[in-house]
Amino acid sequence: MTNPRRSEENDQVGSEATEGRSRSTQLPIVNQSGSSRRTALKIAGAALGLVAFGRAVAPMWSIPENISIAEFLQRHYKELTDEDKQEIFQRLASETKTRYGADVTIVDHRPIPGVKFAYAINLSKCNGNGKCMEACHRENNHHRGTNQSYIRVLEMTKGSLDMEHGTSTYDHPTPQPDKYYMPVQCQQCDNPPCVTVCPVEATWKEEDGIVVVDYNWCIGCRYCEAACPYHARRFNWEAVEIPAAEINPEQGYLSNRIRPQGTMEKCHFCLHRTRQGRLPACLEACPTGARVFGDINDPESSINYVLKNKRVFVLKEELGTRPSFFYFFD
Amino acid sequence: MKPADFNLGDSNLFGGNPDHPVRSYPKFILWGIGEATDGSLLFYLWMLVLTGIALVGANAWAVQVHDGMIVTNMTDHVSWGLYIANFTFMVGVAAGGVMMVIPAYLYHDKKMHDVVILGEILAIAAIVMCLLFVTVDLGRPERFWHLIPGIGRFNWPLSMLTWDVIVLNGYLLLNLHICGYLMYMRFLGCKPNPRWYVPFVMVSIFWAISIHTVTAFLYCGLGGRPFWNTALLAPRFLASAFVAGPALILILFEVLRVTANLKVDDGPIRVLLSIVRVTVLVNLLMVVSEVFTEFYTGGSHTASARYLFFGLHGHRALVPWIWTAVVLNVVAAAMFLLPVVITNHYVRVAACTMALVGAWIEKGMGLVVPGFIPSTLHEIVEYSPSLIEWKISAGIWALGLMILTVLTKLAIVVFQRPLAQHESEMSSH
Repeated sequence: MTNPRRSEENDQVGSEATEGRSRSTQLPIVNQSGSSRRTALKIAGAALGLVAFGRAVAPMWSIPENISIAEFLQRHYKELTDEDKQEIFQRLASETKTRYGADVTIVDHRPIPGVKFAYAINLSKCNGNGKCMEACHRENNHHRGTNQSYIRVLEMTKGSLDMEHGTSTYDHPTPQPDKYYMPVQCQQCDNPPCVTVCPVEATWKEEDGIVVVDYNWCIGCRYCEAACPYHARRFNWEAVEIPAAEINPEQGYLSNRIRPQGTMEKCHFCLHRTRQGRLPACLEACPTGARVFGDINDPESSINYVLKNKRVFVLKEELGTRPSFFYFFD
Repeated sequence: MKPADFNLGDSNLFGGNPDHPVRSYPKFILWGIGEATDGSLLFYLWMLVLTGIALVGANAWAVQVHDGMIVTNMTDHVSWGLYIANFTFMVGVAAGGVMMVIPAYLYHDKKMHDVVILGEILAIAAIVMCLLFVTVDLGRPERFWHLIPGIGRFNWPLSMLTWDVIVLNGYLLLNLHICGYLMYMRFLGCKPNPRWYVPFVMVSIFWAISIHTVTAFLYCGLGGRPFWNTALLAPRFLASAFVAGPALILILFEVLRVTANLKVDDGPIRVLLSIVRVTVLVNLLMVVSEVFTEFYTGGSHTASARYLFFGLHGHRALVPWIWTAVVLNVVAAAMFLLPVVITNHYVRVAACTMALVGAWIEKGMGLVVPGFIPSTLHEIVEYSPSLIEWKISAGIWALGLMILTVLTKLAIVVFQRPLAQHESEMSSH
């Protein structure tokens, strides 16, 4: 610390100090010596405050039973070795056993090299029966307290593609004569806004086009939910409750395993099925045949047929999200 | 910059202190805690009430962490609510303190220089509140370490939230350093060396602008939310910040005048009032411009604005809020233009309070919530905060006020003690 000795500045400061002094009314300067009684009272007050704080946050003390140190210290999915994964999957499975009473296997399904998935829905066929939502709800171990899934079927008014004239809460027999039906789920964008905004890289796009979430890395800020233009993301507002008998035991780490409270989730094209050559649960459940799924890199696939031969469109194309999810009318 | 405008080191005082500056730092902290916790019965009562509210907030947060965010009234449709609303407003307050720093350090306003520490203290309290409001909004607060660069995975520079983490924590550190250094030097009885704080003050001026710009970018960068997706958002944020910040400081002056018998010079008050007189009108102009563009163009992009101002399909939860804000802002703007606002304490405090509440609604509930209504699939789910949300928010406000009270108290004592010493030494020359 340097102390330039310049008398003119000292004078300047002196006059400034005098000014400051005359302007401000003096506060009594507390004499601290001999105020031991006051100090003792302060310490007692601080101690009382700390105890009160401890009592106030008491509801949190029961949490460590549910959150292990191993989970707290767990690294990001991409930094895990195969041994790490085995350990974590076993831990998650045993936690599921303890908490839900179900025996499950958790597997790390990796993308099939060279495959890029895409989905298309024939809006002329979809009749709004909602079987896809039910199938998703069961397949993906959704919280039974909410009847939700990764799919919202909008009942749209004929003559408009504007969602302002649609509703997903219709409660009457379908199809209605003046309506058509448009299921919306994660569009697995090639330029996904949710991935861009995530502050901790807890969500990313895999090689086969599926946008996934590491549920054990997500901090629950919900920025991705604000960023998604398709309302495809869900937050786990409370702990998931499912009867043991209803739990789907075939689980993927990045897909349908039971999600922890306070984290985001989304449609993952049923990667625990599709990466093993099966079809998404929503497609299998659809009674109208409106849904087409497949590998766009395979020239023989039905999705390629649709993309080449139908007049397909994507939702909110103007936003530049480049969805892998298409719609068409016959 | 003229060196004469700054308090350069005073060798007499420094030499007269036998303790090494580093060794005496713990002493300063202890002394500071002692001073800051000494006070009148009113002070203890005030702190006791704030502690009580803060504890209620802490309890509510513990319940929220345990039971999940289900105890809030947020939903998948309106996924940010009162917490993020308060966060956005407090970033503005923190940035608003810079309106004291600029006159004090760039325009060498000496009178403002005497009280500028209050603006920096306000920034500290406001930033701590911001960080708490974000923390209580997290679904998994124990995973906060995922956000620490180098330890977690920091999605920088892509995610605007990572920018916000940097600028908010940086601004906190800057102000902690500036306040801490200035106070510590006064405690030691030596004058602060400008090399150790003026560069930081200059950086903090730009930094203050950046915290609110980045916070605006958080919203306006989202293409899927037309209500936020406007280039005017960052300028609007800054304009309303430069209303809210100075307004809060003017109220603080009045509080100090009554409780601490501390008479702030008319000079800083006039400067702050002149700033608010302009910024309140600029802010209104931008709101009008925004509203015109929305309503004259029409179409479904304006659904959020229609919901906010007039209600949509019978849903009108925010209509009373926003019109309250409009009335408060317009009346405050008119009051600030009256000369009586300079001379009459009551008129001034009333105008500042109205401007402050107006900005809180406009930027909080009036900006965050309508961004989600209607949802991106045009569903309308309304939102009003739950009791837990109000408790937690009140708790954070109480804690912020406690920090503000304690630091202000400390600053008053610190800046009076060495001045007395100076004077006696100067007069003995």
